[in-house]
Amino acid sequence: MKPLTVTVLRPTRRHTLPGFSLSLGLTLLWTGLIVVLPLTALLFRPWHNGAGTMIHALYDARMHAALRVSFTCALLAVLIDLPIGLLLAWTLVRYRPPGHRVVDAMIDLPFAIPTAVTGIALATLYGPNGWIGSISSQWGLKLAFSPAGIVIALTFIGLPFIVRSIEPVLRSFPKDVEEAAFLLGASGWQRFRLILLPTLAPALLSGVGLAFARGVGEYGSVIFIAGNQPFHSEVAPLLIVMRLQEFNYDGATSIALILLVIALLCLVAVSRLRRSVSSGLVREDGA
Amino acid sequence: MKNVSSRRYVLKGTLVLGAALIAGSGLSSARAADYRLLNVSYDPTRELYGDINRAFPAFWSKTHAGDSIVVTSSHGGSGAQARSVLEGAPADIVTLGLAYDIDILAQNGLLAANWQTRLPHNSTPYTSTIVFLVRKGNPKSIHDWPDLIRDGVQVVTPNPKTSGGARWNYLAAWGWALRQPGGSEQSATAYLKALFAHVPVLDTGARGATNSFVQRGLGDVLIAWEDEALLASRDLGPDKFDIVVPPLTILAEPPVATVDRNIQEHGTEAISRAYLEFLFSPEGQRIGAKHYFRPVDPTIQAETASVFPKTTTFDVASLGGWTRLQKAHFSDGGIFDQIYSH
Repeated sequence: MKPLTVTVLRPTRRHTLPGFSLSLGLTLLWTGLIVVLPLTALLFRPWHNGAGTMIHALYDARMHAALRVSFTCALLAVLIDLPIGLLLAWTLVRYRPPGHRVVDAMIDLPFAIPTAVTGIALATLYGPNGWIGSISSQWGLKLAFSPAGIVIALTFIGLPFIVRSIEPVLRSFPKDVEEAAFLLGASGWQRFRLILLPTLAPALLSGVGLAFARGVGEYGSVIFIAGNQPFHSEVAPLLIVMRLQEFNYDGATSIALILLVIALLCLVAVSRLRRSVSSGLVREDGA
Repeated sequence: MKNVSSRRYVLKGTLVLGAALIAGSGLSSARAADYRLLNVSYDPTRELYGDINRAFPAFWSKTHAGDSIVVTSSHGGSGAQARSVLEGAPADIVTLGLAYDIDILAQNGLLAANWQTRLPHNSTPYTSTIVFLVRKGNPKSIHDWPDLIRDGVQVVTPNPKTSGGARWNYLAAWGWALRQPGGSEQSATAYLKALFAHVPVLDTGARGATNSFVQRGLGDVLIAWEDEALLASRDLGPDKFDIVVPPLTILAEPPVATVDRNIQEHGTEAISRAYLEFLFSPEGQRIGAKHYFRPVDPTIQAETASVFPKTTTFDVASLGGWTRLQKAHFSDGGIFDQIYSH
């Protein structure tokens, strides 16, 4: 009779995911090479020849004006995108009008079209000879080649970020919650304000953050429609290009670093806001 | 940094000598070779170098039968193109919008500092000049530089900080103002300040400015390179625009050079030099004139005189040279920035 052998099955893998350490290693390597390395270079380059370039950039009045233009226009564009994006996502998900699939595909176009093409097309449309520009100029409204032009370009660029971040949340939002609210006598506005908006708020905020960050850094589409007048319609990324044109790499990276730090602060603020909104949501649910 | 580059030149000189010896000994065995040349150029020369690249192989095979040659050109803003060569684009030849961009390459040891004296006419095979493109019939009667700052005249010109081509526009205005009776740096700065107050849109590139003027109907006058103006008026809309050549303007000299470090590495020294010589040959000069660049060869000048109106010009050297001008006008906080400061 053979002796009884017992094989103890031990879990050999510590992680449920196969190849965890390999994938983690690869991910960290790629992130390091593609994101961290260039950003580190950006951190160190401005100090190449002492702190002078950075101090100069920090106190340059034209730079302040350009930052103000970039951030104000990006903010305005996001504020315009917010209701339009919400409406668009709502229509696409809830009403499914004829041709909604086409509209759905078209929303991503601003991602796909080269930004220069966007800029030229918008400048043509809103320029003094364009379809919209010629009508607006009759009312004394100058759209292209002014800060308004920048807002128009950034609105176009930012819209998909808003729509695409709300859409999935809206789609998975249980209808019965709204129905219950309706049966309990909530009006349309109350259902929107008290049920829908709090649920959508985190997604909306992340969309806002993405669109805003993209708008602040946008160059290609903006320069064709902005007019690029110093102190008036000159965006910060254009100043970077100017420094590069002077072969002044330190100056260019100084502006880039300032832009990066402010954008980072904005994104952190948005994500904190989003977290406080979502935790507020959980509390209200009684969880 | 200076020391390193000068040491590099010595090293390079030895290398050139060595390479020349090897090339000289190689000539006798005359074997067919396979050449790939890259010409890094600036924006409005796309069509010109397209034609040159097609015509050059025949020129080369007169002396080197059987070689196979492919020349490609890359185009973009002059400064951006210079930067790409600086960062390692394998250019054998650079044909850029202004000497300053090639000077930068020389400062970084890519070619000899005296590059501009290696070929005739300051290494400039074609010249151009700065002219005014106005609406048909010249409704605002613009004939000379003072007309640009009259009330109600809108001027389209790109930002000289982002567009190498526009630096010529700016310097044409600067040089004209300096040459007026009682002209000084102050009066010239005042003229430029007045001029740029009439510029509603500062496009970042020359083609962008042409678009603003031609397609969007912006402004009354476009300050442009003559070749761009002729192209716009003859090919885009013969009945829409007139060209006004101001009585005094700048001689625009877009220079050419071989990138010494790269051609040594690629073994393309002889053919790259031949490519540049071809630009100065009668055939190359005719191709240039076809694309509205003014030839430098007197015979071809005579042949094409009807295309190019006569005018008086001054050159960049008479204004102090690129290095000085770049620093004084287009560096951070320079005269162009002062024009816009509050």
